[in-house]
Amino acid sequence: MSVLSYLIPISLLLGGAGLLFFVFTVRTNQYDDPEGDARRILNGDYDDRPKT
Amino acid sequence: MTATMRPSISACPACIAAPGAEDIAQRDVPKEAKLAISVPGVHCGACISTLERALSTHPGVNSARVNLTLKRALIEAEPHVSPEEIISTINAAGYEAYELDAGTLAARAQDKAGRDLLMRLAVAGFASMNVMLLSVSVWSGAEGATRDMFHWISAAIAFPTIAFSGQPFFKSAWSALRNKRLNMDVPIVLAISLALVTSLWETMLSGHHAYFDASLTLTFFLLAGRYLDYRTRAIARSAAQELAALEVPRAVRLEEGLERTLPVSELRVGDLILVRPGGRMPIDGEILEGWSEIDRSLLTGETRPIFAEPGMSVSAGEVNLTGPLTLRATAVGQDTSLHRMADLVAIAESGRSRYTSLADAAAKLYAPGVHILAALAFVGWYLYSWDVRISLNIASAVLIITCPCALALAVPAVTTAASGRLFKKGLLIKDATALERLAQADTVVFDKTGTLTAGIPEVGELDHLGTRDLTIALGLATLSSHPLSLALRTALEARGVKAAALESGREVPGYGAEGLWQGRQVRLGRAQWVGAKASGSTAAWLAVDGEPPLEITFSDRLRPGAQEAVAALQASGLEVIMMSGDSAGAVEALAQRLGIAQWVAEALPGDKAARIAQLHADGKKVLMVGDGLNDTAALTEAHVSVSPASALDAARVASDIVLLGTDLSPLAEAIKVAGKATQRIRENFQVATVYNIIAVPLAIAGLCSPLIAALAMSTSSITVSLNALRLK
Repeated sequence: MSVLSYLIPISLLLGGAGLLFFVFTVRTNQYDDPEGDARRILNGDYDDRPKT
Repeated sequence: MTATMRPSISACPACIAAPGAEDIAQRDVPKEAKLAISVPGVHCGACISTLERALSTHPGVNSARVNLTLKRALIEAEPHVSPEEIISTINAAGYEAYELDAGTLAARAQDKAGRDLLMRLAVAGFASMNVMLLSVSVWSGAEGATRDMFHWISAAIAFPTIAFSGQPFFKSAWSALRNKRLNMDVPIVLAISLALVTSLWETMLSGHHAYFDASLTLTFFLLAGRYLDYRTRAIARSAAQELAALEVPRAVRLEEGLERTLPVSELRVGDLILVRPGGRMPIDGEILEGWSEIDRSLLTGETRPIFAEPGMSVSAGEVNLTGPLTLRATAVGQDTSLHRMADLVAIAESGRSRYTSLADAAAKLYAPGVHILAALAFVGWYLYSWDVRISLNIASAVLIITCPCALALAVPAVTTAASGRLFKKGLLIKDATALERLAQADTVVFDKTGTLTAGIPEVGELDHLGTRDLTIALGLATLSSHPLSLALRTALEARGVKAAALESGREVPGYGAEGLWQGRQVRLGRAQWVGAKASGSTAAWLAVDGEPPLEITFSDRLRPGAQEAVAALQASGLEVIMMSGDSAGAVEALAQRLGIAQWVAEALPGDKAARIAQLHADGKKVLMVGDGLNDTAALTEAHVSVSPASALDAARVASDIVLLGTDLSPLAEAIKVAGKATQRIRENFQVATVYNIIAVPLAIAGLCSPLIAALAMSTSSITVSLNALRLK
């Protein structure tokens, strides 16, 4: 059962990383326009950098 | 472009305050102006690119981004770019547009609350997944020291998470208890904290069952419901607030002959105010100088312009049409008739019977029921076993099972789905219970001017005029920018009429236009002025010297979708009534055109409200659709109310639903969607009840293991969410 001493911290770390990433997406306003973003991906115009 | 007989509110600050507003923008934001424009017509990916391309080619615009969820364009531009230019650019691209208050500060603050909830939701989700992982290992047979370790790790995750994520519930439950009331959150908090405490106790005694996962998933589902609820309301609130920024903010005061633009709030009784054509009266006053016509439709619903001359008194909110007027203020601010009308709303509001939403009704039954059930389970088991530990475990199992996961998701999930669908159709739901009330409506009362009609005059019959008269009429019509003249011009030009050459043509403000045609005097204007007898309808008269004057009648153009909306409402079995402050002739004509059998003309604001109260007394549920100040009392009195985005501020505030576009046809659909939504909410309650009926006896019998609790809770929550999604 010693494998647990690795696996549990690893699972917690991975989950925590996911949580931090989510916090980052919230902070950078990525949920302001879910519908528009879903349509924009099909847009024919390309640009070099993401619009702010 | 056609002239509006009643300038929309958004057009009005443009006439008076454009220079003033620009000054302010320059002072506050020296480098860049941020503009927010509501564009109710965007609905697809192509709209986004069309609009953004159109806006970014507009000179002075640095960046433009369209938000499809909020149907809004956010523009960063050089300070000299005015909202009016941007709106005309958007119009040219083929979309309606309204300026919104760039008070983004308020919007940011709301955003913060939303983010806060989302963060708590994310933390709860993260923690419940991890604890569930550990719990699954326990359920699948972890024993002894391993199980204890898993329980301890779960406890270490659960306690800080609940302390962070559960705060909204703790706060709300505490404020309810402090006021000696019970709300949904009291049993929730009790369930969560009791589950945590008994689980910790079990863990210390290395017991078999711990409910850490249950209390975390509970928090997660409840927060999800709360977030959905918040999001729906925040979108509605911010849009409604921003629409509210469309009032006349400034006026021109004459100070020893010099014009000074200043905020309306600084005007005093006795001030001399200049109101230019197209402007709205900022105060109640008396005309000192100038002749003109004024449009009272927003106050009274009357479409016919009224002649204005020195000595006449005018009320705040009326629109000056033709000539500049100098007024002496007799009442300002709170004392104006505009504000007194708004007070009518406050009175009606205080008398409005409070509607109890389905969710409130459910909570009223639910909260005490759950507490009694849990207490009985505890007492029963204690008397049976004399063991506090077992009895507490049973009681907390009962609380967890009955916890209103499904209940708390049932309403927000359906409301979110329904408001989302209606928002796509251009309806903004402002009030949380509006959908339920809309579903109950069986009678629809329409205001006429500005609601069923667009407030744009349209020329009626022209065949009784000869070709010569038509050319003269066009010649005279081009002299004036009066809405009727503009309508006549558009109609005549469409017929291919060429204007007759007139000499010494001039506009006589308040009366009409006159000139010399082949040496004979010709006039186009008010009946009395050309020597005719006024008839009941809106009309202009054409007089050629020495001949009897000819009447040119005007009717108000129908709002797009009005015909369809009325027909669809009648087809679905609703009673349709029209109430207007306009004259009987105009109202009857429109009623016949739309096929409305019941109509009321020349109704005073108080009459409308009284009639609606009468309908309610007869057991009807009235949906009121109106836009003017004269409708506000009726809007408040009605069971549920709708106003168009072009409506006066007070009317929009008083109504539950705002129609964002100009089209009326979504109205019938909205009632259908509301009916379906209420149906789904009821179904969701039934589903939740069935789950409880099965699971509660198990919990009371002490057979409810944490596994069963987790299963029951998740399945019921997922079932209600899926049921809500069926609405799309």
